[in-house]
Amino acid sequence: MEAFIQVLLTGLALGSVFALIALGYTLVYGIIELINFAHGDLFMLTSFAALTVLNLFDIGRSSPLGTKLVALFLALIVAMIFGAVVNVLIERIAYRRLRNAPRLTPLISAIGMSFILIQIGQTWKGPRPLDVPRPIANTNLFGALPFDVRFGLRDLVVIAVTIPILLGMQYIVTRTRIGKAMRATAQDRDASALMGININRTIAFAFLLGGALAGAAGVMYGQYTGTTDYLRGFETGLKAFTAAVLGGIGNLTGAVLGGILIGMVQALSDRYLSSSYTNAVIFAVLIIILVFRPSGLLGERTPDKA
Amino acid sequence: MSDRTNQSVTGVASTGNGRAAMLEVDGIHTYYGQIEALKGVSLNVRDGEIVTLIGGNGAGKTTTLRTISGLMHPRQGSIKLQGQVIDQMPAHDVVAQGISHSPEGRRIFPRMSVRENLELGAFLRKDRTEIQSDMDRVFELFPRLKERFGQTAGTMSGGEQQMLAIGRALMAKPKVLLLDEPSMGLAPLLVEQIFNIVQEINAQGTTILLVEQNALMALSVAHRGYVIETGNIVLHDDAKALQQNELVRKAYLGEE
Repeated sequence: MEAFIQVLLTGLALGSVFALIALGYTLVYGIIELINFAHGDLFMLTSFAALTVLNLFDIGRSSPLGTKLVALFLALIVAMIFGAVVNVLIERIAYRRLRNAPRLTPLISAIGMSFILIQIGQTWKGPRPLDVPRPIANTNLFGALPFDVRFGLRDLVVIAVTIPILLGMQYIVTRTRIGKAMRATAQDRDASALMGININRTIAFAFLLGGALAGAAGVMYGQYTGTTDYLRGFETGLKAFTAAVLGGIGNLTGAVLGGILIGMVQALSDRYLSSSYTNAVIFAVLIIILVFRPSGLLGERTPDKA
Repeated sequence: MSDRTNQSVTGVASTGNGRAAMLEVDGIHTYYGQIEALKGVSLNVRDGEIVTLIGGNGAGKTTTLRTISGLMHPRQGSIKLQGQVIDQMPAHDVVAQGISHSPEGRRIFPRMSVRENLELGAFLRKDRTEIQSDMDRVFELFPRLKERFGQTAGTMSGGEQQMLAIGRALMAKPKVLLLDEPSMGLAPLLVEQIFNIVQEINAQGTTILLVEQNALMALSVAHRGYVIETGNIVLHDDAKALQQNELVRKAYLGEE
């Protein structure tokens, strides 16, 4: 029982990182129906950006807590801005001109972009796995409790940073003017233009938001695992994409739900089966759920657009 | 190429009643890829008028409206609103200039509420109190929409969706309202109701360019009409005269 609770807590922290990335996939898919294959690799690049910032600080065990928090906060801000800017550039360079092309065309462009980002990553930091400095020690917060469940301070930080970001994002999409423009554009692009919505700017904003979330994920993932490398985006991105599909692609709450679910499944499989089976288990879960709910957990069966 | 149609426009101006030009479309050529859909269309709409553009399927009615509202751009020719050239503006800027387009097939936002749809119609406006009073005005025209205020738009009937599409377009407080086939797919009684409301909107001061396949209805509410065939304006006259015109009666009013 204790082990099970332990697994769920681990899964929650990991899952919230997947959720951040999954939102980037689902936002872009929701608005232009493109599976942005480069998104996982963008996440990898943001983890590099965070690493660069963290390396600027010479953090050791004895560094004052203030310095540690500043380093982490700065890494978060820089990685989010970096992710947002790069994602907007990607849209501008690789997708915008293809917006009215057949669907397969931007998809190929996205795959190409993915390779380009991987190459940039490899050139930037080299091919070897990198250690990510982790300013916050993973002190067990439940150490004083009479049962054997570990919940580290670092896990708490990951969750404590992720949840406000997710809520903020939900607020932007449902309550603000630009969020309303995004939802309208997702439903009918021409009609939105007729309302006075600047479609290009709105789509760019979706990429900006998704990129910023990938940036937050890049920092949190590094803090969680303590490592990153130039190929890390592929597998993590694929899992996050799975999370988005599982939740119902295009549905924001679904992406978060799917992310946490995938995190849980991964934690369960790592604990009770073997981590070498984990990927197979995750995709088996995906297939099973899609067989019974083809549009995902919260996906709506949308009527034809016309 | 557009000589003939240009002459037509001058001809119409002479039959005019002295009102200022609101919308001037002059010899526009619009393409879908290599296919020329509009081959030099000219028409004008004066302040306060209802002008109808009638014609068969694929004649270019919808393309004309889409070109005016900036969803498409003409390769040649010009479009002016109150003298200002708007033909290369993106659609979202054209709205800001005062042209609001209720598109073919209604195109409401199906997963949003009636309220959100109407609010999106006023997307560019900042004047909160006036937006509210315009929404009240829409509810006066379409009491049905008030009853459906919180309902998801996609779940409403075709007629209600059409009301919403028109109401949404009005929320932009346009100088010119472009209506594309407001009668499409509606029961005859509802069609009559919609056309009465179109007249009422016009009486309240909005200039209207109405595209219709239902030529009989359209000509009965319009001041003037243009007939379009395969991308060319072939006829234009006062609506009453067009109703009597033999060609029109044969082609569009179903008479032998």
